[in-house]
Amino acid sequence: MPNLMESRALGWINRIPAVVDTVLAVCDDLLERMGGNRLRDLPTAVLLLLPSLGLLGVFGLLPLLLAVYLSLFTGKGVNMQFAGLANYTRALSSEEFWSSLLNTFYYALGTIVGAFLISFVIASVLFRLARGRGFFRTVYFLPYITSVVAAATIWRVLLHPYAGPVNVLLTYVGVSPENLPRWLLEPKGVLHLLTNGAFPENWGPSLALCCVILFDIWHSSGFMIVILLAGLTAIPRELEEAAVIDGAGWYARNRYVIVPLISPTIFFLLIMSVIKAFQAFNSFYALTGDGRGPYDSTQNMTVYIFTNLYVYQRLGYGAAVAVLLAVAIVILTLVQWRYVGRKVHYE
Amino acid sequence: MIRRYVMYLFLLCGASITTFPFAWMIGTAFKTYKEAATPSLQLFPSEWQWHNLVETFQAAPFGTYFKNSFFVAFVVTTSVVLTSMMAGYAFARLDFPGRKQAFAVVLATVMVPFEVTLIPNFLIVNRLGWYDTYAALIVPWCTNAFYIFLVRQAFMGLPSDYFDAAKIDGCGHLRFLVWIAGPLVKPILVTVGLFAFLGSYNSLVWPLVVTGTDRMRVVQVGLTVFSGAEGVQFNLLMCASAIVIAPTVVLYFVAQKYFSEGLVGTGLKG
Repeated sequence: MPNLMESRALGWINRIPAVVDTVLAVCDDLLERMGGNRLRDLPTAVLLLLPSLGLLGVFGLLPLLLAVYLSLFTGKGVNMQFAGLANYTRALSSEEFWSSLLNTFYYALGTIVGAFLISFVIASVLFRLARGRGFFRTVYFLPYITSVVAAATIWRVLLHPYAGPVNVLLTYVGVSPENLPRWLLEPKGVLHLLTNGAFPENWGPSLALCCVILFDIWHSSGFMIVILLAGLTAIPRELEEAAVIDGAGWYARNRYVIVPLISPTIFFLLIMSVIKAFQAFNSFYALTGDGRGPYDSTQNMTVYIFTNLYVYQRLGYGAAVAVLLAVAIVILTLVQWRYVGRKVHYE
Repeated sequence: MIRRYVMYLFLLCGASITTFPFAWMIGTAFKTYKEAATPSLQLFPSEWQWHNLVETFQAAPFGTYFKNSFFVAFVVTTSVVLTSMMAGYAFARLDFPGRKQAFAVVLATVMVPFEVTLIPNFLIVNRLGWYDTYAALIVPWCTNAFYIFLVRQAFMGLPSDYFDAAKIDGCGHLRFLVWIAGPLVKPILVTVGLFAFLGSYNSLVWPLVVTGTDRMRVVQVGLTVFSGAEGVQFNLLMCASAIVIAPTVVLYFVAQKYFSEGLVGTGLKG
């Protein structure tokens, strides 16, 4: 590659940055004479930012404004009529809206807590290994790089009520055929199933939703492990050794030394996972076929939006729910920034 | 000593749970239809049916799907790396009026759920006359706010002495970026490239919405259509999944070395 770049035919490419820099220097000079120091970098900045800001403007901000605009209309296609905030009041008074929001909360809580605990334990064990760290890190990361569609296809076969190996295994250990769980097809709540009916059927997350949660813990833990491991590796060894000498046990070492030291990493993961959990769609869609699951028991906010837009063609209503979701995400992120961010320990 | 064995045992258990679905996929992919549909715990086929690979490629035009996916992912990855390098540098190293505000707007777009902008984006792309074209699959994804943020963090971590020294030697921003700063943050650029590739190759909803013909379909849409079709055989379905997953696994192993370095250096520490 270097030889090719230095050859006579392509050598001019190497000189582009220098030539552009010269042009920019002339602009800089002019601007500096006109307006002082802060404008000096402006031409370079415009050049470097134009592609990104242009694309983000057209495919990020413009659609957002359009979504807000659409959310003020009802009806379909050419018959759309201005309706003010009617879509919003309809959403907020709709039972389906709130049950979707509840499912989003269950999902966020389950995936974040589950994936975080598992990843933390695995990362702190990996961190103490002398050998094999790279191997295990690679293995644990594998699910994360596989497409959700393909991975969900596998899980649907694994959890198949009749032919899936999970239920075959359960049959082997003596579960009678009528008691075999229906996994992704089961709309009843897990609490109801686990307690033999002490809780009402529609109470808490459904078994189908829990399967989606488990799938996503499996799919995303690898990413958390890698990030946590990166954070742990940056801790000076002496600090933990000092704690051991002072007689700190496993819990105390983690609670008072390790967690505070990697709190910036944890905070970053928290912010990212909350945003990701509230935007989750692919795994729901791929695992249940339409995202809604049995009796809508896996329908979360994004699926609700998708269904309204594509199945019912309610553009305005779907857009209104989407705007509400975006507002919820922004508020949650700001709250975390303000209240959790304060506890983050920076060196 | 015993503690160490317990640790390895624990990690091995975790690793087998993590990899079991893949093993099941590969095993089932090469079973006969009858064997795949029979409930059993037999992980691997009694006789490996290698011709299932050929049958899968005949059952759906996976060749076209792959060509589309690779082309789209390649262009998107290249553009994302370039645009995030440029914008990341501008936000980290340049001083200009409105820098903070512009950066805040960029970060804010990370929080907007994809579904919010899905319909308006579809309308925009349609208006541009891009429905069912490569442009629709590629252009909207050529930059990414989160990657701009990551690359900016990496550039912030470089000592400013480097630039001062280069400047004294008569080097402008662009030359500094291309020849000095860029290579210094290579691990994070490779990481961004890997994620951009995975994101593009693995994306489902957008290609589903903006393409309508088999000619333009990408692998994920192809796999969804294939798995949703009536009476699809388990073994071919698993075989198709394996084929779809394979390229990303290969890519991951190639980029691995840089990838873990990249994450350590992302300035995730704040």
